[in-house]
Amino acid sequence: MTVEPSEAPHLGEVIVDARGIEKYFGRNHVLKGIDLKVRRRQAVMLIGRSGSGKTTLIRCLNFLEEPTMGSVEIDGLRVEADPLHANTRARREQIRQIRLRTGMLFQEFNLFPHMSVLANCIEAPMRVRGVPEAEAVATAGRLLEKVGLADKRDEYPERLSGGQKQRVAIARAMCMEPKVLMFDEPTSALDPELVGEVLTVMEELAHEGTTMIVVTHEMHFAREAADTVVYMDEGRIIEAGPPEQVLGDPEDERTKTFLHRFLSSFADREHAHDPGT
Amino acid sequence: MIAADAPKPDSILPQVEASRARADALFRLKSAGTWLVVIGLVLVGLWATDNIDTAFIAEWGPFIFGGAGLTILVSVVSIFFATILALIGAMGRLSRNPYLNGVAALYVSLVRGTPLIVQIYFIYLALPQVGIVLPAIPSGIIALSFNYGAYMTEIFRAGIQAVPQGQREAAESLGMPERLVMRRIVLPQALRIVIPAIGNDFVAMLKDSSLVSILAVEELLFRSQLVGRQNFRSLETLLIAAAIYWILTITFSYFQQRLERRMARGDR
Ligand SMILES: Nc1ncnc2c1ncn2[C@@H]1O[C@H](COP(=O)(O)OP(=O)(O)OP(=O)(O)O)[C@@H](O)[C@H]1O
Ligand SMILES: [Mg+2]
Repeated sequence: MTVEPSEAPHLGEVIVDARGIEKYFGRNHVLKGIDLKVRRRQAVMLIGRSGSGKTTLIRCLNFLEEPTMGSVEIDGLRVEADPLHANTRARREQIRQIRLRTGMLFQEFNLFPHMSVLANCIEAPMRVRGVPEAEAVATAGRLLEKVGLADKRDEYPERLSGGQKQRVAIARAMCMEPKVLMFDEPTSALDPELVGEVLTVMEELAHEGTTMIVVTHEMHFAREAADTVVYMDEGRIIEAGPPEQVLGDPEDERTKTFLHRFLSSFADREHAHDPGT
Repeated sequence: MIAADAPKPDSILPQVEASRARADALFRLKSAGTWLVVIGLVLVGLWATDNIDTAFIAEWGPFIFGGAGLTILVSVVSIFFATILALIGAMGRLSRNPYLNGVAALYVSLVRGTPLIVQIYFIYLALPQVGIVLPAIPSGIIALSFNYGAYMTEIFRAGIQAVPQGQREAAESLGMPERLVMRRIVLPQALRIVIPAIGNDFVAMLKDSSLVSILAVEELLFRSQLVGRQNFRSLETLLIAAAIYWILTITFSYFQQRLERRMARGDR
């Protein structure tokens, strides 16, 4: 199934074009033929039950996970799967080029603990892209400002809250000027009161036209920020379309069941927090 | 129901605290006192029974102490080279290249499978037969570096593996090539993890460096043996040597602990 928003004049050319992605972990068939296209300025939210393959899919897009079959194209560079593990130098370099075109945000932030916030942000631009220090610092300063952390540039990650860490991670990724940002449940490791500050930043990015793919369980956020919502189940894309449609009026039974269960468990949680009970 | 005249729990908390602190201090004092008493008893016993010659100690103590310089020098230089060898060894052990991996594994296995004293003799006495003649001190340093390098290889390997996988993934996701990921992200964090282990190995090295006395390197043990055998006073000279080793290791351990505590506190 190809994800193509039907009427979306504000979207640009295709940035991500994944075709026929299959992934096995040993005998476990986790991705069963995924086709995914993402256009410039498109915000795609990936939803689905635990174990449906969302994480595996976005990790395949930048080859942190090797797809078993299929190919990924990012901004014109196509890399095929490597089922026989030839793992040549040339291919490793291609994968690196793919990674230069993508930014990845993790549940666990993964800031470099031995570097200050600023150093985290300028490390790759300077050493990988050869950006002069003054320029790298200026860019980092601007992006830290954008995520609301300009005053933390000399702190070490240890001294930041989870929400601040994730916002630094976003700035760090953007310092490399990737064509697409990919998020794997960026708020699921956060205390509930810190979720909002990260989602606010992400929503802003989406509205500004940052191309992004987000794995999330935050339905409200998906509804607000997504151009396209993709529902996955058992390694397949079941349904994809504008948020009003997929979240509001899903066609597929599985999507309906998922949303129903998800929303009711969410309601339970809200209920449990109710001081009246 | 709480009786009206019962003290409020808050008010006795400081007292409880103070009494616990007093008990702790007393415990430490008694424990340290035990050291002094035991050591004192042994020394006084030896002296009172005329088994120990204090004048001899006063005469030769400084000469033996003079060997401590070489002990420290050999240990420091050896731990330095051992660290470099361990770093290379660990890279080899983690390498995907089968030849590098094989060489590193062979090195570790060979060193761990043979006694240090054999390695020392080998370098000093066996290598000359194939035309490699090295003076005693470099021979000792090479043997110790080679030996400790192998043990530390495993420590470094474990340290590198202890850096969370997410760190590597984050760096790779930023487009950093493998070498840069290792040098800038993994190694600095691994080094912090292994510093306590390097400290422990240095303390062990201070003691194991005594083995190079068999090459007539004039370090602590050699000097104490030299004087002790000539005068049939090995009890005194070995006591002196032991005391100096002990003081060296205690002193170093103290600074090591302070360093570790500072590292645990600091954010770098
Ligand atoms: N490294 C791995 N090795 C083996 N199996 C894996 C690995 N990673 C994921 N899997 C398996 O692949 C399947 C999909 O996992 P994945 O993490 O992609 O799901 P997910 O949709 O992200 O779920 P969640 O919402 O819980 O994060 C699961 O059955 C999981 O057990
Ligand atoms: Mg996941």
